[in-house]
Amino acid sequence: MHPAPSIILFSTLSGLGFGLLVFLGVGAIQPVGPAAAAFHGIGLGLAVAGLVSSTFHLGRPERAWRSFTQWRTSWLSREAWAAVGALLAASLFALTAVLGAPVPLLGLLSAALCLLTVLCTAMIYASIRAVPRWHHWTTPATFLLWCLGGGAILAAQTWLAAMILLAAGVLQVATWRRGDDAFAALGQTVGTATGLGARVEPLERPHTGESYLTHEMVFRVGRRHADRLRLIALLLAVVAPTFLLLLVPSHAAGLVALLCFAAGILAQRWLFFAEAEHTVGLYYGAPGGRTT
Amino acid sequence: MTMLPAGTERSLGLVIDLDICVGCHACVIACKGWNDAAYGAPLSDRDPYGAEPEGTFLNRVHSYEVVPEEGAAQTVHFPKSCLHCEDAPCVTVCPTGASLKRAEDGIVLVNEAACIGCGLCAWACPYGARERDPSAGVMKKCTLCVDRIYNDALPERDREPACVRTCPSNARHFGDLADPESAASRMVAAREGFDLMPDLGTRPVNKYLPPRPKDERVDVLAPLLEPVAEEPSGLLGWLDRQLGKL
Repeated sequence: MHPAPSIILFSTLSGLGFGLLVFLGVGAIQPVGPAAAAFHGIGLGLAVAGLVSSTFHLGRPERAWRSFTQWRTSWLSREAWAAVGALLAASLFALTAVLGAPVPLLGLLSAALCLLTVLCTAMIYASIRAVPRWHHWTTPATFLLWCLGGGAILAAQTWLAAMILLAAGVLQVATWRRGDDAFAALGQTVGTATGLGARVEPLERPHTGESYLTHEMVFRVGRRHADRLRLIALLLAVVAPTFLLLLVPSHAAGLVALLCFAAGILAQRWLFFAEAEHTVGLYYGAPGGRTT
Repeated sequence: MTMLPAGTERSLGLVIDLDICVGCHACVIACKGWNDAAYGAPLSDRDPYGAEPEGTFLNRVHSYEVVPEEGAAQTVHFPKSCLHCEDAPCVTVCPTGASLKRAEDGIVLVNEAACIGCGLCAWACPYGARERDPSAGVMKKCTLCVDRIYNDALPERDREPACVRTCPSNARHFGDLADPESAASRMVAAREGFDLMPDLGTRPVNKYLPPRPKDERVDVLAPLLEPVAEEPSGLLGWLDRQLGKL
């Protein structure tokens, strides 16, 4: 799948923001006065920035309000509702915290809605059967763990952050390994896609140039390239922040840890899209396996 | 509304005969021509006369080389457009309700006035039947020429999808696949029409008819070309033997 920068930026930023809002909501940190304004402001700011950037990939962003209507069937619509609910609850909780009288119940509601939003985002991908690498419980699980990991770094929960990051890293490696076999496990080939039997080879494409389909869904990434990026993602999102948080207890180190983590998540999200094989690739002769 | 209807009164769709499609792309052009001036936004092109021309199409023809169990390889042309699935995943993922399946005839349509162009329906479709038009910013897909098939202003013979109407080899057929007595359904039954990727649970309405097995190739000249004598004799034999001694 095409790794669109707006979507990668959206889930990275909003994941960080919602993660921090979760830790604020459950009362893991209870800043007061100006510190409260700063913490809640950062959480809300990141979440809103992410949501705004997600509208950049729309063909008609001025109609985005319509996406609130189909919550019965569409995870994207549910995400819209959850995001608005989360931002409302988090804003009200932030207001009470800044005023010095935080309402714990409102905080819990805010935390739950923030997690629900991230779950909905992940379910948009996990619900797509045509992309077997995504169509699995590990998709929401990794999204939620990375969200909590980022939130823990922002909330300066050193030990907790380290543990979540390690767990997320382990799950991520398992997810990548499972994902590498997912397309083959779906059992679809150019033979089943065309119904023409076991020995079918594309002879000519339907178009001499590119098309929306090849741009959007027949994206291929080299194996060596992907392996290197996976390593970079793990080093930046897990190893570097863990060492910095545990061994260098200072604000500067915390900031570096956060930046490393964000860069690692950008790499992870790029891979999430770039490595995902869509069944439409079969019509263009792109097999489930990746090219070198 | 993106809830799928419990059932449809009719299931209008296409039957595509892979045995006789000659890969001329006339259906692609007829489709583009009609849908440029009819339902919804026109199908735009980018850089049409430049180095990297690209455009939005609702119907595209792939070509494949198929190697049967026995015999020589065959070229099979494979037109692909929306299959108007009974369990259309492109409909349920739509956040705005722009993507819909009509209860009366089963046609899967995009209400372009409500489409935000998020592209999620194109991701959800396993077949690549939807494309976002770069100029209009909305999702485009086969409408089964909904503005032809019910159009009283057209002569009756033209009230079928443009691709079907134009096909010079009669490889495309249009009909109600829910009615077992329709010509389209009878053709599917007779020729063992099949679904594309049926395991994905989309239950496509459109059916494809397989290429017929080719006749065994008979070489009419072979019996006449058998060697008349295995060993040369006479003058030629003598010459051959003398030369062999050298």
